[in-house]
Order: sequence, then structure tokens, then C-alpha cells
Amino acid sequence: MSLDKHGIAKRISQELENGMYVNLGIGIPTLVANYVPDEINVEFQSENGVLGMGRFPTEEEVDADLINAGKQTITTKPGAVFFDSATSFAMIRGQHVNLTVLGAMEVAENGDISNWKIPGKMVKGMGGAMDLVASAKNIIVAMMHTNKRGDSKLLKACTLPITGVGCVNRIVTNLAVIDIVEGGFKLVERAPGVSVEEIQEATEGKLIVEGDIPEMKV
Amino acid sequence: MINKVVKDAEEGVKGIKDGMTLMLGGFGLCGIPENAITALKKEGVKDLTCISNNAGVDDFGLGLLLQSKQIKKMVSSYVGENDLFEKQMLSGELEVDLVPQGSLAERTRAGGAGIPAFFTPTGYGTEIAEGKEVRWFDGKPHILESALTADFAFVKAWKGDKAGNLIFKATARNFNPIMAMAGKITVAEVEELVEPGELDPNEIHTPGIFVQRIFEGTNYEKRIEQRTVREK
Repeated sequence: MSLDKHGIAKRISQELENGMYVNLGIGIPTLVANYVPDEINVEFQSENGVLGMGRFPTEEEVDADLINAGKQTITTKPGAVFFDSATSFAMIRGQHVNLTVLGAMEVAENGDISNWKIPGKMVKGMGGAMDLVASAKNIIVAMMHTNKRGDSKLLKACTLPITGVGCVNRIVTNLAVIDIVEGGFKLVERAPGVSVEEIQEATEGKLIVEGDIPEMKV
Repeated sequence: MINKVVKDAEEGVKGIKDGMTLMLGGFGLCGIPENAITALKKEGVKDLTCISNNAGVDDFGLGLLLQSKQIKKMVSSYVGENDLFEKQMLSGELEVDLVPQGSLAERTRAGGAGIPAFFTPTGYGTEIAEGKEVRWFDGKPHILESALTADFAFVKAWKGDKAGNLIFKATARNFNPIMAMAGKITVAEVEELVEPGELDPNEIHTPGIFVQRIFEGTNYEKRIEQRTVREK
């Protein structure tokens, strides 16, 4: 059984460590906040200028002046802080944010990532993605293994304009956990019930399989 | 005290000419200078270059100035919420310079701080690095980005005093403080305008030296793009 987007988020939540400051991108990454283990304290940063993001508000708590980078209404936790956009990206570019989780259209076996533009079709802009991938020490990509047409999103080389060079550390998909290492995509874990062959089939870039590959615990 | 007060938004936009470069604060529709945008529409100036993180939505925010075709060029990081924008861009009617959000912020801050350019790792190896000088620092490649300034900057704050000191609320702060620094003439609109001395100097975010005009805005709509709520 391959994972759904909640399963992907749940697996990524296992990467959280006590004391981390984390930036979650839009889409599947946002769901990671729902699965933070009780015993772990992390703070979520949103690049529009808040650290210490809380849950979504109740209808009564909605405040138009309080949103996240996805423009969703949010609340803050005790100890939260607001800041301007230059300070926000000082946190990101200056590597004060410990973990970045973001989505992607393509990842290449050398760690290049594309997630901002489809020439002639979608030109929405990169937002904060280029800053996030240029600077973070620890970047996890959350995405489906293949696109809607069934083509692999884990490629030898990106075909779309790239967002950053050689920056991805780990990819969590509906099929697998994969690390970017010298030489390609190293298979780390399989989704429950998914075989190495199925993962191989869905991966265009070089997949490195060494020894027995354990199943994810989600 | 140097009194910065103007009567209203219409007085705030006085002196703007066709072809000028403007900065407008806000992230999405959060913290945008609503009153100034309405006044710019009324004033009818055109061929504007607008530096703003986003371009509003079809019928609100900067979308209003796109409707009336007053904008020649947008400098933004993300413009995905606006169909009209996409249409004008694809038809070539509207010139667009997409800038990574952190670089947009730092270029603005640099413009206000008298730093003409700086090296950043953001965008190295991508389209946006084309034609830009590359230098290596600490074993890593960086690209040269230039500062941004504007003829006018329009910012929105929560509270302000007559000397132009500003306090922002929550995430409505975003680009407003740095754009206030980068405008040759910065026009601040506030929800509450008070006498000097009423704001605690310890809690002021933007010192009044960066603000040339201030007025109390009216009828804030504060539209929400993604109203997400949970059950109690």
C-alpha cells in the first residue's frame, strides 16, 4: 500500500527533533504540523513573518492580520513572535531555521530541485522557495513519487527550470524514503507493502539499493 | 516634533507622476495599503512600476490597478492568485520581474540602508542568476543582487503618531517596515493615528525618520484569502 499525503506527512514528522525551528512549505508539508510527537518541542516558522505558529483559529479567533505563507488564517502559541520579511529571511538564509520541508515537481539524483515554473504554462513565481533551498542545511522534499501522468519525479536531471542546485538531502514519497548521496538516490525505506521493484519502476534516476530495505513505520 | 500628517490618501499620493516606481507593502492581501491603492486608482497615474511581494487578487489590492491598466511592470516574488495578472503577463502587456522573496526583502532593506548591492546564495545556478556576477565565499557560490528603492513607498501600519513612528500588527508587518525605509517619499496609512508620546518608544517598529507622510485610513476591508478554521 503506497501512502497518501497524510502518510507522507506522518513519516516526515519522525524527522523532527526536539528544539528544531522548522519551515513547512505549502501542500503536503503543511500537514506535518498535525503529527508532531507529544514529547517533542518544535517551533514552526512561516516566512511571511511569524515564529511560533499554532493551530488554525476557531471562527471567533479569525484575524485577517494573522496568516501563514499560504495565506491561511492561523493562531500563535505562547512565546510566538512577529517580524518583517528581511528578518524572516535572515533566519532562513542565515541557517537559523534547522529544517525545511517543501514540495517539488522534480528532484534530480544530484539533489537539484524544480518547483516554481512550468515554462509557458505556470508562471506564479518562486515565492520564498529559492531562498529556502539555497540556505537550509537540512531539506526534506515531500511529494508523490510520480506525477499525474505516471511519470517519475525522481530524475537523472531536472527538465523544468530549477529552484536550487544540489540542495535536497532526503525525499519522502508515497512509495519510499530516499536520501540523495554521491551517485544517486539511495533507498532508505519502503512504504508498507511496496516492493523494491515497484520503487525501481517509478524512479527514473539511479536508485541505489544496498542490503535489505526496511519498511517505514507509520 | 516634525509633523508628517496629511489629510487623507488623496493628499498622500500627491506628486505621483506617470512612469514612477512605487513600493507597496503587504503579503497577499495582509497588511496592504488599501486606502493608497484606491487613491492611486482615482488619481489615474499610469505606466507605474510596482514593487510588491504579490499582485493582489482580480478585484482587490493591486489587482485594482491591473484592471485599470495603470501598471507597466511588476516586481514580485509570487503572483499566483491573480488570473488577470497572468493574462496580462502572457500577452506581453505587463512586464514582470520575478524575484525570490528573501532577495526582494533584502534588496529593499539594502536600498533603504544605503547598501547598493550584496552577494547572496539565493538563486545561484537558476534562471534568475543569468547575467549576474558570481563570487565564492566560504567555498560557496553567491550571486550579486542590487538594491531597490522607489519614488514613493506606501505602507500600512496598525498605529502611528503624528511624527511618523509606526507599530504594525501581527503578520501585517511583512514588507512594510523595509519598504518604509526604501521610499524617497514614504506614505504611511494607519488604523489609529495618535499624538506623539502616546506610543511607547520601546515598542515602535518603524522610526518616523523613514516616513514623510502619514494619515489615518478609513473603511479597511482586510479581505482574507484562505479562511481556514477548526471546530471548537
